[in-house]
Amino acid sequence: MKGNVIKYERDNIDTDVIIPGTYLKIHDYNELAKHAMEGLDPEFHSKVHEGDFLLAGKNFGCGSSREHAPIALSTCGIKAVLAVSFARIFYRNSVDGAFLLPIEIDEKTYQTISNNDELEIDIEKNEIKNISKNETYAIKPFSEIIAKIISAGGLFKYKK
Amino acid sequence: MNITEKILARASGRSSVSPDDVVFANVDKVMIHDVSGPGVIKVFDKLNDQGIDTSKLHDSSKVWVAEDHFVPTAEKISAENIVKLSEFTKKYGIEKHFKYGMGQYGICHTLSHEEALVSPGEVYVGGDSHTNTTGALGAFACGLGHTDVAYVLLNGEIWFKVPETFYFKLNGKLPEHVMAKDFILKIIGDIGTDGGAYNTMQFGGSGIDEMSVESRLTLTNMTTEAGAKNGIIEADEKTINYLQQRGATNLNQIKSDEDAEYAKLFEYEASEIEPIVAKPYSPENITQVRDVSSIELDKAYIGSCTGAKYEDLLAAAKILKGKQVKIRTEVLPAAISIYKRAMQDGLLQIFMDAGAMVGPPTCGACCGAHMGVLAKDEICISTTNRNFPGRMGHIDSQTYLASPLVAAASAVTGKITDPRDLN
Repeated sequence: MKGNVIKYERDNIDTDVIIPGTYLKIHDYNELAKHAMEGLDPEFHSKVHEGDFLLAGKNFGCGSSREHAPIALSTCGIKAVLAVSFARIFYRNSVDGAFLLPIEIDEKTYQTISNNDELEIDIEKNEIKNISKNETYAIKPFSEIIAKIISAGGLFKYKK
Repeated sequence: MNITEKILARASGRSSVSPDDVVFANVDKVMIHDVSGPGVIKVFDKLNDQGIDTSKLHDSSKVWVAEDHFVPTAEKISAENIVKLSEFTKKYGIEKHFKYGMGQYGICHTLSHEEALVSPGEVYVGGDSHTNTTGALGAFACGLGHTDVAYVLLNGEIWFKVPETFYFKLNGKLPEHVMAKDFILKIIGDIGTDGGAYNTMQFGGSGIDEMSVESRLTLTNMTTEAGAKNGIIEADEKTINYLQQRGATNLNQIKSDEDAEYAKLFEYEASEIEPIVAKPYSPENITQVRDVSSIELDKAYIGSCTGAKYEDLLAAAKILKGKQVKIRTEVLPAAISIYKRAMQDGLLQIFMDAGAMVGPPTCGACCGAHMGVLAKDEICISTTNRNFPGRMGHIDSQTYLASPLVAAASAVTGKITDPRDLN
């Protein structure tokens, strides 16, 4: 999985910022995508490319249970969010709905990766290659259940 | 085992569970509303495209539906969502559909206790993050997204990683002018918005025993703001009486074992808790009310599942009685049952005599949906639960989270006001 980084140097990027409450009535994925990250960066929709990665600090996706959040990001083309930590419902929604990969990295990796860096992410090896900087970082391995659901392609395909 | 572990063990057919165990728990109750419901319908459509059967729910008698976020319907799309919900409940034979303007209705989390829809010891999941609220009844109550709720509706179970439990002990009774809202804001300020992440926040001690059921609901409601999987309070006689008064029968009480384990203990003296606000733009950004008493306000909002229960309205009415508001003030009781009681007891008259607007039960402006959203640079004091950028309207508006007493006192002076300082 290869792509470029869009970095926001912020902790606690909440779901009201990822997709503001006024759009919760919308369930058309393409329409939601137009408003992704609107609370923080109204230009996000036009700058994101298919396959990009979003990078942020700790507690990404805190706030509401709205599945609109991972839907808006993934419909824009975001394949993975890299963060120091994730809020639980955003994390579950991303994995169970198979919208995008929530990848936990350490604080140093978060500081090291720059905006626009090109990365290659390998979740089998738990590794990120920074092609732009010629560096390699470890990612925190998924727990067993999460790895199984990801590899099945979402909760419904995993089943028990 | 503690209460959360006991509930999850029972629901997953195990004799015991420990933190970090992954279990599939049978779900006793499941809730959707006018935001998560259409989201679930969308998931069902996708499943149909993949050849997965969605023609029958696992058990429609366990499901209930609320209409609260964009009601009374705000515009065309929200009206269409309400129609979709009705089609859904009709198709699947869901009888407990609380339609606005048709009998009992209100905010989903308020209905969960006002209509006694969830009992102690049950596993209850809802398509809304503040589902945690209902844990104050002694249930395992947890918010989920659309895909997970769709899975529960079709399979009757869902996976959970058994959480570690943080125990918050409150010694003694909260002083006059200090409410449960002040206590939970204090906790979130202390541990941060990820301080309870993935964990259980359990409350106990003499201060919790003293508290009314409604006050306890304010505590568990905002465990969501600390990132918790669930908030929980063991049911006691007050809980049982509260639910029986609302028609519940066959109520069990599950208590933690004597040797239950907790990952961390936090202890608070009630006498030391002061009126508190959370400043923009985070519920953890707390300060004592007196530290920000120079802040001039544009609006006071008394509403939501957090801050418009009966006793919240009673607290606000005590302050507003015989006074006039200096800023735009909205009061939106959280359910029609509460609205009616407030009307019978003269509270609505007090609000209107004070110059405030009384609105219908709705999530309304709490989530920036409608009915009082904020303009650029407007500053609001609010009894709600979140104050992230743009939460209640414009991205450059500001919300201070406060108790109903503080919100009402501030409405009277037009500035952030400690109720103890009001003449």
